[in-house]
Amino acid sequence: MTTLTVPATRVRRTTQPLSKPTGFLTDTWTVLVRELTPKLRQPASMLFAMVQPLVFLGLFAPLLPAVENGSALQWFVPGIVVMTALMGASMTGADLTAEIRSGSHERLLVSPLSRPSLLVGRALKEVVPVLFQAAVILVVVTPFSFDLHLGGVLVGAVIVSLFAIGLGAFSFALATAAKEQDWIFWTVQQMLIFPLLLLSGVLLPLDGAPGWLTFLSDINPMTYVVEAERALFAGEFPADVVISGFVAAAVVAAAGVLVGVRTMERSS
Amino acid sequence: MTNHTNQRPVIRTEALTRHFTRGKKTVEAVRGLDLEIHQGELVAFLGPNGAGKSTTLRMLTTLIPPTSGTAEVAGHDVVRSRAAVRRSIGYVGQGNAAAFVQRGRDELMSQARAHGIPRAAAKARIDELLSAFDLQEYADRPVQTLSGGQRRRLDIAIGLLNHPEVLFLDEPSTGLDPQNRANLQEQIRRLHEDGTTIVLTTHYLEEADALAGRVIVVDHGVVIADDTASRLKEKLGDLVLLGFGTEADATTAATRAESVLSGPTLIERAGTQVSIRTPRGADSAPALAIDLAAHGTPAIRMEVHSPTLDDVFLDLTGRSLRESADSTTQTEGAAA
Ligand SMILES: Nc1ncnc2c1ncn2[C@@H]1O[C@H](COP(=O)(O)OP(=O)(O)O)[C@@H](O)[C@H]1O
Ligand SMILES: [Mg+2]
Repeated sequence: MTTLTVPATRVRRTTQPLSKPTGFLTDTWTVLVRELTPKLRQPASMLFAMVQPLVFLGLFAPLLPAVENGSALQWFVPGIVVMTALMGASMTGADLTAEIRSGSHERLLVSPLSRPSLLVGRALKEVVPVLFQAAVILVVVTPFSFDLHLGGVLVGAVIVSLFAIGLGAFSFALATAAKEQDWIFWTVQQMLIFPLLLLSGVLLPLDGAPGWLTFLSDINPMTYVVEAERALFAGEFPADVVISGFVAAAVVAAAGVLVGVRTMERSS
Repeated sequence: MTNHTNQRPVIRTEALTRHFTRGKKTVEAVRGLDLEIHQGELVAFLGPNGAGKSTTLRMLTTLIPPTSGTAEVAGHDVVRSRAAVRRSIGYVGQGNAAAFVQRGRDELMSQARAHGIPRAAAKARIDELLSAFDLQEYADRPVQTLSGGQRRRLDIAIGLLNHPEVLFLDEPSTGLDPQNRANLQEQIRRLHEDGTTIVLTTHYLEEADALAGRVIVVDHGVVIADDTASRLKEKLGDLVLLGFGTEADATTAATRAESVLSGPTLIERAGTQVSIRTPRGADSAPALAIDLAAHGTPAIRMEVHSPTLDDVFLDLTGRSLRESADSTTQTEGAAA
C-alpha cells in the first residue's frame, strides 16, 4: 500500500456548522410537524378520516341492546375511541416502508434527531387525528343519550394517547423489521389488531366468556385501557380502574419505545 | 506538502470491518479498513458496485455499526458518540433524502429543525441552497412530481443544510445530466476550497479524476490503491502508439525503443503498430520519434494517451472498472 502525502491545501473553514443540540420534545415536535404537514395540505383526506368513526357508530349503535341502568351509548362510545386509537396507531409504520425504500428514512436516521423522538413523533401523527375523531364523536353523541363529563374525557385522552404512542412504536418496529416487504407489515398488523380488539371487550362485553377467553382478556393491556375510559367517560374516577388503565397504557408505551429503538438500531 | 503527523485526522478508521449475514451466507462487505483522512481533504472512493463503498460510508455516518474495528469522525467515535457524529456531518445517500409525499421546502425545513437551526437562519439557508441547485421552481411541489435529476439536487441540498464539517456523498451525480453534474462538481469544489472535508463515492472515473485530490480504489471490501489521481496514473505511465510503414520496421523500432526508454516500460507489437506503456510517455515520445527516424525506422503515425483511472483499475485488478460495474448493475437495489 502506498503511504500518502496530501497536497498542501490546508484551509481553515470560514463557515461554522449550524447544528445545535436539541431536546427530546423539540425533536418529537419536529417529527410530528413533518408527518402532519402533507396531511394538512390535503384537508379532504383529513375530513374523511374525521367522519369515518361516525359511520361506524351510526351503523353499530342502533344494534346496541337496551341497558337497564345507563345508556348503551355511554358504554359503547369510550370503546369506539380506543378502537379508533388502535386502528390509527397500528398504521404508524405503514408509510415507513415507502420511506425506507426511497431513502428518506435513512436521511432521518443520519440526522441528530433522538431515536425515541422518531418513534414518538411518528406515533403522535396518528394520535392527533384520533383525538380529533374522539372530539367529533363526542359532539355528535352528546345530544343523544350520552352525558359528557369533560374532566374524565381529558384524563381519558391522556391515557389513550399513551396507549397509542406505544402501539405506534410497535408498528414502527414492525415496519423496520419488515424492511421493504409491505406484505409482512400488513399481515402481522392485521393478525394482531383483531385479537387485541375482540379480547378487550370493546364491541361486546366478555362477561359470560369461557375461562380461557377471560384469561386472554385479562392479559390484554387494552382491556384495562377500555375499562378506565368507560369509567372516565362516565365522569367516575375509581382509583383502581383509572390507575390500572394508566399503568397498562404506560407499560405499552415504554415497551413500544424500547422495542422500537432497539429494532431501529439493529436494522441495517 | 503539509506534515499531518501532529494533526488529528478528521476521519480515522482502524481495521474497520462489516459483515452481512443473510441466512447461511455471510458477505464480507468491508474487510479491515485502515484509513486517515485529514481536514480539508477531498477523497473519492472508486470501485465497482458491491465493492463496499456504501457500507463504508454507512458505518462512518453511524447508520450501521461495524462488525469489528473502530472509526472516528470529526473526533467522535461512530459507535459511542453517534449523536455528536450526526451533528458534524452531512450525508447524501444513494437513495432520495426527501419523502415522495413531502414538498422539497418542507423537507429542507424539517432537516433544519432536526439540526436545531433557528427559523430565520434556516429560511435564509434554504433559499441559498434552492438557488445554488436551481430548485426554486420545484421547491413547493410534491417530491414525487420531480424528475430524477431535480430530486437528486434536492438530496444534495438537504445534505448540505447544516454546513457540515465532514460531507459524505454516495454516488452524488447518479441521475444528473452533464450540466447539473458540472454544477455539482462546482459546488463540491467550492466546499473544498472552504476547507470542508469531503468523501464521495463514484464509479465515474472522470468524476474522481476531475474532483478528488485523493483516490481510494476499493475492490471486494479492501483498499487496493490510495494515492492522488495523477500519481496513480503516473505510476502506470502513458500509452504511446506508433504506426510504421512495414512490420519489419515496427519490429526493429520496438527493439530500439526498448533500449532507449528508461523506467518500467511495456512494449508490444501488433502488425505495423507498436504500443508502448511508459512513465511520462508524453514527454519522451518526441525524442523517441526522432531517434527512431534517425535509425531508419521513421514512425508514420503517433498517438499519446494519458491513462484513465479505468486503466489504473484494470492494471490493479485485471478487470475493467466499467465491465465490473455493468455486470452488477441489475442486481443492485436502491437501498444497497
Ligand atoms: N443491508 C445489506 N444486507 C446484506 N448485504 C449487503 C447489505 N448492504 C450491502 N450488502 C452487500 O455488501 C457488499 C458491498 O455493498 P455496498 O457497500 O453497497 O457496495 P458499493 O456501494 O461499493 O456498490 C455487496 O456484496 C452487497 O450485496
Ligand atoms: Mg453503493
